[in-house]
Amino acid sequence: MTENVLEMQGICKDFPGVRALHNVDFALRKGEIHALMGENGAGKSTLVKVMTGVYEKDAGRIVLEGKPIHMRSPQEAQNLGIGTVYQEVTLCPNLSVAENMYIGRGRYAFVQWKRMNAKAARLLNSLGIPARATQQLSSCSLAVQQMIAIARAIDMDCKILILDEPTSSLDEDEVRKLFALMRELKSRGVGIVFITHFLDQVYEISDRITVLRNGTLIGVYEAASLPPFELVSKMMGKALEDVEKIKKPEASAQEASEPVFEAARLSSAAGVRPFDFRIRKGEVNGFTGLLGSGRSESARAIYAADKVTGGETKMNGKKVKISAPIQAMKLGIGYLPEDRKGDGIIAELSVRDNIILATQVIKGFFKPLSRKQAEAFADEYIGRLNIKTASSSTPIKSLSGGNQQKVILARWLLTHPEYLILDEPTRGIDVGTKVEIQKLVLKLAEEGVSVTFISSEIEEMLRTCSRLIVMKDRQIVGELSGTNLTQADVMDAIARGGA
Amino acid sequence: MLLPLSVLALLIVVNLIKGADYFSISLINGALYGNIPNILFGASELVVLAIGMTLVTASSGGQDISVGVAAAITSAVFVRVLLNADHITWLTIVVGFLESAVVGIAIGAFNGSLISIFRVQPMVATLILFTAGRSISFMIDGKLSPVLANELTSRIGGVMPGVPIQTPIILTLAFIALIAAVLKTTNLKLYAEAVGTNEKAARLNGINPIKIKFLTYMILGFCAAVAGFIAVTKAGRHDSVNLLKYVEMDAILAVAIGGNALSGGKFSISGSIIGAYTIEVLSRTLLRLEVGTETIKAFKAVFIIVLMAVSSPVVREFAAKTLRRLRAEADPGQDSAASDPEIVAKKGA
Amino acid sequence: MRSLNTAKPKDALSNSNLLFLIAAVIFVLMYGFAILRYPGSFLQFQTFFDLFSLNAPLIIVTLSISIVMIGGGIDISVGAVTGLVTMCCAVSLESGSGSIGGAILLALGIGLAFGLLQGYLVAYLDIQPFIITLAGMFLANGLLTTIHKDPLNVTLPAFVSLRDFEIVIPWLGTNNRLGNFIPLEIKLGAVVVWVLVVLLAVLMKWSRFGRNLYAVGGNSQSALMLGINVRKTKFSSYLLCGLLSGIAGFVYVMTTGAGNVGNATGFEMKAIAASIIGGTMLSGGVGNLYGSPVGALTLLTINELIRAAGVNSNFQAIVGGLMLYLFIVLQSVVVWLRGKGKFRLALPSWLPHATKRV
Repeated sequence: MTENVLEMQGICKDFPGVRALHNVDFALRKGEIHALMGENGAGKSTLVKVMTGVYEKDAGRIVLEGKPIHMRSPQEAQNLGIGTVYQEVTLCPNLSVAENMYIGRGRYAFVQWKRMNAKAARLLNSLGIPARATQQLSSCSLAVQQMIAIARAIDMDCKILILDEPTSSLDEDEVRKLFALMRELKSRGVGIVFITHFLDQVYEISDRITVLRNGTLIGVYEAASLPPFELVSKMMGKALEDVEKIKKPEASAQEASEPVFEAARLSSAAGVRPFDFRIRKGEVNGFTGLLGSGRSESARAIYAADKVTGGETKMNGKKVKISAPIQAMKLGIGYLPEDRKGDGIIAELSVRDNIILATQVIKGFFKPLSRKQAEAFADEYIGRLNIKTASSSTPIKSLSGGNQQKVILARWLLTHPEYLILDEPTRGIDVGTKVEIQKLVLKLAEEGVSVTFISSEIEEMLRTCSRLIVMKDRQIVGELSGTNLTQADVMDAIARGGA
Repeated sequence: MLLPLSVLALLIVVNLIKGADYFSISLINGALYGNIPNILFGASELVVLAIGMTLVTASSGGQDISVGVAAAITSAVFVRVLLNADHITWLTIVVGFLESAVVGIAIGAFNGSLISIFRVQPMVATLILFTAGRSISFMIDGKLSPVLANELTSRIGGVMPGVPIQTPIILTLAFIALIAAVLKTTNLKLYAEAVGTNEKAARLNGINPIKIKFLTYMILGFCAAVAGFIAVTKAGRHDSVNLLKYVEMDAILAVAIGGNALSGGKFSISGSIIGAYTIEVLSRTLLRLEVGTETIKAFKAVFIIVLMAVSSPVVREFAAKTLRRLRAEADPGQDSAASDPEIVAKKGA
Repeated sequence: MRSLNTAKPKDALSNSNLLFLIAAVIFVLMYGFAILRYPGSFLQFQTFFDLFSLNAPLIIVTLSISIVMIGGGIDISVGAVTGLVTMCCAVSLESGSGSIGGAILLALGIGLAFGLLQGYLVAYLDIQPFIITLAGMFLANGLLTTIHKDPLNVTLPAFVSLRDFEIVIPWLGTNNRLGNFIPLEIKLGAVVVWVLVVLLAVLMKWSRFGRNLYAVGGNSQSALMLGINVRKTKFSSYLLCGLLSGIAGFVYVMTTGAGNVGNATGFEMKAIAASIIGGTMLSGGVGNLYGSPVGALTLLTINELIRAAGVNSNFQAIVGGLMLYLFIVLQSVVVWLRGKGKFRLALPSWLPHATKRV
C-alpha cells in the first residue's frame, strides 16, 4: 500500500521574530515508519506540533486520508485519529494508571471505574507493561510512564502515531519492546512518525527519512539507500571533514603529570557506590555506560551536586572537603549539568547574567561585578564561542538549545577552572556545534585544564577522551585507555561489565 | 516600568481634569501641604512594604500575606517599650525601634523557615501568622489600644520643627536609599532573581537558595517593623485590629502594578515603588471624585481587574496580531518576510 | 536499569485518599477527646448536628474552595461574595416585593456572576487567580457596604418560618437540665450541607468534569495534551465555586435571619485552612471532597474546645494558626515520603514556576 494517510503541503509557521517553518511538505504512507530528522532549530518540533493541533499553521494544507482538515486543538487531532507520545511524559502524576490511559477520550458523562480498570489491566498485560491499573502514576518509574503513554496512543486506534524522542529514557530491553510494538502497529496499517537523534535506531526501524534544515524541507529518502554519513551531511548542510580533523593527543604525554583531583571511596545520596577516581592535569577522561549506569551521578558526586555521603577528596594533593557546589567552585571545579533546561540555564535572566553567574558567586555576595565588567566578560565569550544572540541582554530562553549550551559553557570557561566536568554537553545540539565543543575540549586539555566528558555518543568520547571509565549498575566495572579504541571495544566492556 | 507609569499618568490626567490646582503645594505652619505631599505622606508604609514584598516575591515565587499583621506585632512591641519607660527620650525611641526590628526579623525568619526549609507555599505559610497574628499583637498590648501621647513620637508621625517635609516621607526616602545601597553593594538582586527563576540551577552555581530566601523574608520582616513604626507614630495609638489592615493586598498589588511577575524571578524595585504611590493616588483620586470610602474598595477592584485584563498575555498577543494585520493592510507592498533580518535566535523549532 | 515496578499495597491508595484518611482520623480523635473532656456538651447528638447547621455556610464555602484548589486554582473572594449575597437577599426579602424564590435566584445569580467574571479572567485570559479573586473580594466587600451599611433583619413571615424550620427526630435526643426530653432538631442548613457534600463528592469522583479537574490540577500541560479542554474545565470550577458561594450566602441569611456587614468575614482564610486540614493540597490535583467538611469541623471543634475551656478567645486564633502549621508540615512530609524519595516542591499551578516542569 503506498497511499498517503497524511499529507502536509506548503506548511508555514511564524513566531514573533522567528520563521520556524517555510513551505514544508511532509507525506506519511499507511503502514510505514517514517523518521523525521533535523538539527536543533530545524523545525521538527514545530512541524509535529502543527501535525497534532498544538499550533495552528499560518499557511498550507493538511490532508488526512484524502480529506483536507483544519485542527485547532490537540483534542481535535486526537479525535481525528492522530495519536502523539511526547518526549516529556505528558500524563498526570496524581491520577491512576488506568485514568491516565482513558481520560480525555470519548464522550461520556460518568466514569465507569470497574470497566475502565479492567480494560486497562488487559491492555497493560498484553503489552507487557509492569504496572497496575489502579496504582498512582507517580509511583511508576519514568520509563514505565513513557510506556503507558504509548499504550494510551495505541489503544486509541490511531491511524497515525507520532513518537517524539520515545527512547531517550528507555534501556535496551525497553527499546526492543517498543520497536516490536511499532512493527506490530505498522503491520496493522498505522503510519508512524518517529523522531529521534539516535542514528542507529533510525536505520534499524525506519522505512523512509525526511530531513529538515532551518525550517525548510531538504528531502525525503529511503532509509535503505541513504548512508549515515550522507544523512548527517544533509542535516548539517556541509561536509563533515571537520570531525575527521579532531585528533586527541598521545596518551603518554598525559601519564606523566600529577593528579589534579582525586577521590577515594566517594559516595552520594543518589545511590552511587563508593568509587575511587583520579584525573591528571590536562587529561580528558569520561564516564561511559548505559543509561542508569550512574555516569551522571558519579560526576555529580564529585561536584557535590548531590549530597555526598562518604569518601575523601584531594585537590592538587591537598585534602579538601566538598559538601556543596560552592566549595567545588572555589577549588576551581566547574560542572555543566546534563539537564540544560532544568539545572543549567536560568531562563528569565539575560545571556550576560547567565555567563557571569558562576564567576560572580565565586567572588562573593558582597562583591558585585560592575555593569561594565559584566558586559565586557559577556561580550568576550559571545565572540569567542560564536554565540548567536541579538544582544547580551536578551533573555537566554529566546536562544536555541545549542546557543544556550554555549552560554553555559561560557559561564564555566569564564571561571578559568582547573577541572571541568561536562555532562552531555552535545545532547540535543546541531552537529556543527557538537564539533565546535569537542574541539574546544581538546584545546582546553592542551592548555592544562582537566576535563571529564560524558556523552551517550561513544564516538564523541573516543575522539576526545584518553581514558574511559566504564560503569554499570552504579559502580565502576572497568577502565579503558589507548589510542586505538573502537566503539565495539567499549560496548564489549559495558556488556561484560566486570565479569 | 511602563505599566505603573502609564497608570500613574492616567490618574494624574483624571485629577487635573477635576481641578487644575492638583499640583499646588502650600506652606502651612512650616510644613508643606498639598496633593503631592499628602500622597507621599500617606503612602509611606505601603512603599516600605512593597519593597520587601518585591524581594520576597522574586526569590520565593509567592507572597507574604502576613505583613500587616507583622507590622501590628512589631509596633505593639515598640509601644510596650515606650510605655514601660519612665521618660521617653530619643534613645528610648531608638531602642524601641530596634527591639521591634528584631521581632520583625524574627517573624521573617519564622516565615522564611517554613518556606525554604519545609518547602511550604508562601501564601499558605504566611496564612498561619495571618490567622493568629493580630491576637498575638493584642496580647502584647495587654489592653485596648494603648495610646502614645508624647511629643517625640508625634513629631515622627508628623512634622519635625523646622523641617517642611513630614517625617514619614523622609523616613521612606531614607529607607529607599538604604535598599538601593544594599542592592548596589551586594549581589542580592542577581541571587534572588536566580533563585526565583530556577532554584536547582542557582544551587549548582554555588548559591544557597535557602539562605537567600531566608534573607528576603527577614528583610521583609524588617520592612514590616519600619512600616509599623511609621503607622503607629502617625496614629498616636496602637490598634491591633485596624493597624495596616488589608495592607498586604495593597502591597501585593503594588508589586503587580510595578510590572513584577508574581511567580518570581526578575524584579524591579522602582516599579513597585511607583506602583505603591500609584495605589495611593488611586485611593485619593477616588475620594476626590466623591466616591465613598467603602466603595473605593470596589473601584480599586474594578481598576485592578481592568488593568490585569488589559495587560494579560492573551490580550497583548491579540493586540499585537491586530496591529500587525493593520500595518500589513496599510502597506501591502512590503513583504514582511523578505525584510526580516537573518534570524539569529530561533525559538520553539 | 530495572524498570520492573512491583506495586506495593500502599500504591492503591492515592495521595488524595491518604490525606483524607489522616484528616478523618484526626477529627475522630479530636472529637473523641472533646467528648471525654466535656461530656456535658459534646456527648449530645444535638451538639454534633448543630455544628453542621450553625456552620453550614462555612462548610459550603470550604467545599467551593476545595473544588477550585483541586483544579490548581484559588478563590479568595468567596467570603466577601457570601457576605454580599446575605445582604442582597436581606434587602430583597425586606423590600415590598420580596419572596423566598426570588431571594434564592438572586443569591445564585450573584454567585454565578462573580464566578463567571473571575473564571473567565483566570481561564481564558490566563491571569493569575490570586490577584483576580483578590480584586473580586474587594469588589464584593465594597458593593456590600455600598448597598446597605446597617444590619438588616428579615421579618418576612415566609422566610422566618423557613429559618425556624427543623426536622425533628423524636427517638434521638437528650434530657435537658429540667429533665424534659428534647428531641433532636436538625435545621435546614445542615440538610443543605449534607446534600451538597454528597452531590459534589459524587461529581468529583464520578463525573467527567470532576476527573478532568483533577487532571488539570495535577499537570495542566499534560491535561491539555491528553485532549482535555483545560480552559473550559478551569472556568467551570470557578463558576461552580461562585454558585456555591451564592448558596452559602442564602443559607447564611437563612440561619441567622439577618444581613450584616460583618457576615462571612474571614471565611476565605478559614475555608482554605479547613480545606488543607481536610487533605486538599494547595498545589492542586489532590483532595477528597469528604475531607472538606471534616477539615471544617476539626477547626470548629477545636474552637469549641477552647471556648468551653474558658480560655481567652484570643487563643482561638493562635491555636487556629498552630493547627494550620501542623497540618501544612504534615502534608509536606506525607507527600515527601510517598514521592520517589526526592522532596518535590508543591507549587500551585496558579503560580507558574520555571522549575516545575521541563
